[in-house]
Amino acid sequence: MEQFLTRIHRGEILIADGAMGSLLMARAKDLIKGKCPELVNLSRPDILEEVAALYLDAGADIIQTNTFGGSPLKLEDYSLQDNMEEINRTAVNAVRKIVDERGRNAYVSASCGPSGKMLRPYGPIAPDTMYDNFFRQLRVIIDAGADIICIETMTDIQEAVLAVKAAKTISPSIPVMATMTFDLKPRGFFTMMGVSISKAAAELETAGADIIGSNCGNGIENMIKIAHEFKNYSKLPLIIQANAGLPEIIDGKAIYPETPGFMAEKSKELVAAGVSIIGGCCGTTPRHIGAIRSVVRG
Amino acid sequence: MTKEEIYQLAQDAIEKGDAETAANMARLGLDSGIGGIELIDNGFIPGINKVGDLFGEGQLFLPELIMSANAMQGVIDIINESLEKAGIKQNQGKVVIGTVEGDLHDIGKTIVVSLLKANGFAVKDLGRDVSADRFIKEAEAFGANIIGTSALLTTTMSVQKELEDKLQEKGLRNKYKTIVGGAPVTERWAKRIGADAYASDAADGVRKIKELLQG
Repeated sequence: MEQFLTRIHRGEILIADGAMGSLLMARAKDLIKGKCPELVNLSRPDILEEVAALYLDAGADIIQTNTFGGSPLKLEDYSLQDNMEEINRTAVNAVRKIVDERGRNAYVSASCGPSGKMLRPYGPIAPDTMYDNFFRQLRVIIDAGADIICIETMTDIQEAVLAVKAAKTISPSIPVMATMTFDLKPRGFFTMMGVSISKAAAELETAGADIIGSNCGNGIENMIKIAHEFKNYSKLPLIIQANAGLPEIIDGKAIYPETPGFMAEKSKELVAAGVSIIGGCCGTTPRHIGAIRSVVRG
Repeated sequence: MTKEEIYQLAQDAIEKGDAETAANMARLGLDSGIGGIELIDNGFIPGINKVGDLFGEGQLFLPELIMSANAMQGVIDIINESLEKAGIKQNQGKVVIGTVEGDLHDIGKTIVVSLLKANGFAVKDLGRDVSADRFIKEAEAFGANIIGTSALLTTTMSVQKELEDKLQEKGLRNKYKTIVGGAPVTERWAKRIGADAYASDAADGVRKIKELLQG
């Protein structure tokens, strides 16, 4: 299989997958509604395989694992910290199985989301504790054979940097993608913790990330602006995973405004901005990813 | 130092999130004979409300807000202690608040709690993952005027509606005012489920709760 970073550096544009939660909810509502989404990993890994297959068949080159909330500090919220190893290992194995079965030139990308706790002085967590939190999760993930680490939805740059460093300490050669979530404020794009795009770009690059960018947020049009801004501050390849806008609740269901056609059309502008990896976040489906792939890769 | 100078320095300290200066100003104000409530109302509350507004406008961010709220909490403790000694009760209204069942996000809700306390409300923070039944039970026990619910997930917003329905069922709907908030929550959602108010951010929450108690 051709090396992931080689393809990126050669200028190929790769497609990542879309939302995971809604697909899991549709298949395991009784198991995870109001509970830990990673519970699926413990009792229904077949569902993880099914979801991976949907995105792979829709044309994604990069398939994420269901490990977003799989760090020990996050799992503590659900008293599942003792299941940390199994939760992370099973998720990597499930995606690996489908990627290998399909025989496509695709990659297993292990998702690593925020700890849900704040670092000092804003919260109780010491930097060493935060580093250890990510180190433990990422060691399991890397041992299980993930191809890529995707540190995502970060809002605190210090937390994101600790996660990147943990990944690179465990394996200096594993490609690490790191994305943060920005909102448009009066003075420009900032994360909830007040991190600007210039600061995110500089610090993630210094920490050793191979690919940087943004995920979630508010729709693909903001992401086009975010991508341009990242390009002003860094030469690293960019990943953008937009959500399908902010949802409206209609009859108890979350309806996202951005259609597969709309997002696919707008993806051309991400390509023009020099983005290397395009995927989706909340509200995107295999149909969105299929549409984006056909526009971007023809 | 004049009263006005103390008020100004108190406000500046809260805006900067400078807990030490804020506490010093609280003690200095009390020592120079300013009443605790007067000191809070004229010095510290304008400070924390300005921080809340700037946060709502996106001019400053969570770290600054947390530091200001922490400084404010220190001040409130100092002033409450002096009010208790003087036998004065400060009470704007009673609020029970929590993040709804199935939802473990509580940063936003915690900010609202700090601002409410800073504004002199008696607040019972129920934490996160709170069921509709528990909101009602705690509101009854606390003698609350207001029930505030936060939902950060589209999948947990339904608990806000469940609360309205259960209050109706139990014949308690008119006993309380309800206010809803959270990232996916909108004014339209609040109207649809029959909540009394919607808060777009923490400072808005404090404003709306004051309005609810007046109205």
